[in-house]
Amino acid sequence: MPQLPETKQKVKFYQTGTFTVGNRLLESDHRTVQATIDRSNSLDSGHRACQGCGEALGARFAIDAAMRASNNQLIAANATGCLEVFTTPYPETAWSIPWIHSLFGNAAAVASGIAAALKVKGRHEVRVIAQGGDGGTTDIGFGCLSGTFDRNDDVLYICYNNQAYMNTGVQRSSATPAAARTATTQPVGDEPGNAFNTGKSVPLVAIAHQIPYVATASVHDLHDLELKVTKAMQIRGARYIEIFVPCPLGWGSLPGDTIKIARYAVECGMYPLLEGSHGEITAVTKIRRRVTVSDYLKLQRRFAHVFRPENAHQLAQLQAIADRNIKRFDLISREDDEK
Amino acid sequence: MSKESVVQQKPFAVTLDVGTSLLNKTGSWRSTRPVYVDRLPPCNNACPAGENIQAWLFEAEEGNYEAAWRKIMEENPFPSIMGRVCYQPCEKACNRVKLDESVGINSVERFLGDQAIKYDWKVAVGQPTGKRVLVVGAGPGGLAAAYHLRRFGHEVTVLEAASKAGGMLRWGIPKYRLPREKLNSEINRIEEMGVEIRLNSPVDDLKATMEEGGYDAAFIAVGAHTPKTLEIPISGNIPVIEGIKLLRDVELEQTRYMKGRVVVYGGGNTAMDVARSAKRLTGFTPRVIVRRARERMAAHEFEVHEALDEVVDILNLRTIKEIRGNTFVLEKMVADDAGRPFPTGQTEEIEGDLLVMALGQDSELAMLRNLPDIEINWGVVGVDKGMMTGHPGIFAGGDMVPSERTVTTAIGHGKKAARNIDAWLRGETYRVAEKHQLVTFEMLNSWYYSDAPRTIRPTLEVIRRQSGFAEVIGDLNEANALFEARRCMSCGNCFECDNCYGICPDNAITKLGQGKRFKFKYDYCKGCGMCATECPCGAIDIVPEEI
Repeated sequence: MPQLPETKQKVKFYQTGTFTVGNRLLESDHRTVQATIDRSNSLDSGHRACQGCGEALGARFAIDAAMRASNNQLIAANATGCLEVFTTPYPETAWSIPWIHSLFGNAAAVASGIAAALKVKGRHEVRVIAQGGDGGTTDIGFGCLSGTFDRNDDVLYICYNNQAYMNTGVQRSSATPAAARTATTQPVGDEPGNAFNTGKSVPLVAIAHQIPYVATASVHDLHDLELKVTKAMQIRGARYIEIFVPCPLGWGSLPGDTIKIARYAVECGMYPLLEGSHGEITAVTKIRRRVTVSDYLKLQRRFAHVFRPENAHQLAQLQAIADRNIKRFDLISREDDEK
Repeated sequence: MSKESVVQQKPFAVTLDVGTSLLNKTGSWRSTRPVYVDRLPPCNNACPAGENIQAWLFEAEEGNYEAAWRKIMEENPFPSIMGRVCYQPCEKACNRVKLDESVGINSVERFLGDQAIKYDWKVAVGQPTGKRVLVVGAGPGGLAAAYHLRRFGHEVTVLEAASKAGGMLRWGIPKYRLPREKLNSEINRIEEMGVEIRLNSPVDDLKATMEEGGYDAAFIAVGAHTPKTLEIPISGNIPVIEGIKLLRDVELEQTRYMKGRVVVYGGGNTAMDVARSAKRLTGFTPRVIVRRARERMAAHEFEVHEALDEVVDILNLRTIKEIRGNTFVLEKMVADDAGRPFPTGQTEEIEGDLLVMALGQDSELAMLRNLPDIEINWGVVGVDKGMMTGHPGIFAGGDMVPSERTVTTAIGHGKKAARNIDAWLRGETYRVAEKHQLVTFEMLNSWYYSDAPRTIRPTLEVIRRQSGFAEVIGDLNEANALFEARRCMSCGNCFECDNCYGICPDNAITKLGQGKRFKFKYDYCKGCGMCATECPCGAIDIVPEEI
């Protein structure tokens, strides 16, 4: 098994510790890639993502970190979706890396092919990433993704999860959370919004494939995200990272609140940050300052209906999901309990 | 190249040049724009001496102690003294209180002041101006004024009535709160800058003194040293002494009369200092008779607490009605809703061997008798916003003008007066810089700050305090001073955490390098406002775009 880098260290007693992007009081190798003046800006200005786009942010975070980890020897295949559309309206491109647009459902297969070709050519130093949204990953591209995992192809697949098909007009995907309003799950009837007990957790499905590395990350915790990407890039074989990227348009939130919403999703227990390897969950990122599910939901119009008195049961059910996650993945550190 | 030939060079069906998205100036989408601002941190706003606390903590955070000390010295020449005797209005205002506990600003200041003494850091004087300024009184206000006037390049003479410089710092604050070597070091540093301090030189007639000496301007800060009195019927021969005289005797170590059961009358800081000194000197538990209720005492809360810790008996809502021999007859009071005490007619008796009167002090203003245009009301001197009295060129400050009577306020007066004197000597008016917007806790994004308990200064054990005049509150060492400084949230002032630069989804911020902060690329900024939401310290404002 490849050597994993040491787990991330929270620096204590410094003004903002490792919670901000940089920190002038930290040693430079403890700062993030995003804090450096000469970061690669793999996804550059001028792209056409909406104001406050979480996916644009998550993609730059991940690909810049992967660029540093691979010594700038990187090729990316990109599934159809927002990320592909807003970065490459012909004849412009916002990418400053070799980048290929696949079909909606075959980014994993295209990446597997590139990896195979590089292997034949003996170009071991060049690394391959496949990336897409949750629609192209959890629904349409799921078969190809599972095949890449099954063959343990040398590909890092990054899914930017904004919990619906945003590019085509906010339709439900299998990553859409319970009760959320989308174009296809309207907030009407006794159980408004997306039905409970549907959908799937692709990170847990990926772990079940026994691949060497699986992680979930969020745009609000950059140190954690970069560490996971860097760790993945140091491993050969099939790897999967899912990044939680709020969507102001689809979720009905303020563009300035994107990171705050991502933070609340993690801090309320709705979106646990996990790492897994060879079939086991190996680490979780503990909740730092716990918030309620309501705190998280009330920033988003797609959940407005759960705050109506007649839908109080939905809010309670959603809180129960978060509570179950906290218990199941042990998201609260013992030290905090003692306090 | 003609348009036609370009088309011919492209593959089938392709008509446009490929290019980078940088050609697409998304800044045109924006209806609001982010701007970097510097706001006013609450600590700076609360400091009576006008220190730029956030700025010197910024230096201290990086371990640049000398730079931090020099930032303090721009406003206040007594960091080591401040770190011991200031009542810390900054810490009470600190936004960090709402997160865990306030930053220990005072202890860091004390650490910096002591570093300066240890390494003998100096301050440069200004280019000579040829102007001569008289300062009357070598207390904190007078010395602060003298220091700043020297930095402006003026010649300064300080006339002091007492045998040593320091004013209330020396005669009113006991050694256990302010060790004399620290006091002397910080006064010496001012003398070394060329300020002449003439001791044992009381001013009898200010007008005459100014004319004889040929001074261009004067700053008077004679303090308040005349004890207020109250008639109490006394039969027998119980010794009675003024609190302020007693503290002076403690300083001069002439306290043989201090023995037995001491009764202190008064509820201010002087009363607390007297009682604590009495505890150390007599071994008996002193009793303090206070007319007002505990929570309305004039003394600062922490002084009352420290006194109680050292087992001083404070009897609130009592007055001394009469004294017969060693028996003190106390009348009980009752407070109304507004806290005003009223007599009840009920009495009780306690025994005592010495009465100390600590009811406050007035200023001695006889020297102003030949300057009729100086206004005196209720025993204090009237001054304008620039600390000038009714007589042009004569300024006043400290306890002798209407204000809060603390060391820090006096030092603030000294600085303000010095700046106004300097402007006045040049025939100008000193202009105060406009204040920035005050930072409230709600303007911060407190999620980013590490949770850290405040380093509590190692406090000498209570029992040690009672038996001697060793300093009561211990020092921070370098490791915990740095830690304490780094708890500062830098309210309203960029501390280069790179958050805006890192989290912009449009890569629309340029990092200019260490110490140079950041710049927006308005060509690409879409105005989402995430930088402002995620700025930990509230240093980004969102303003409407002109359309």
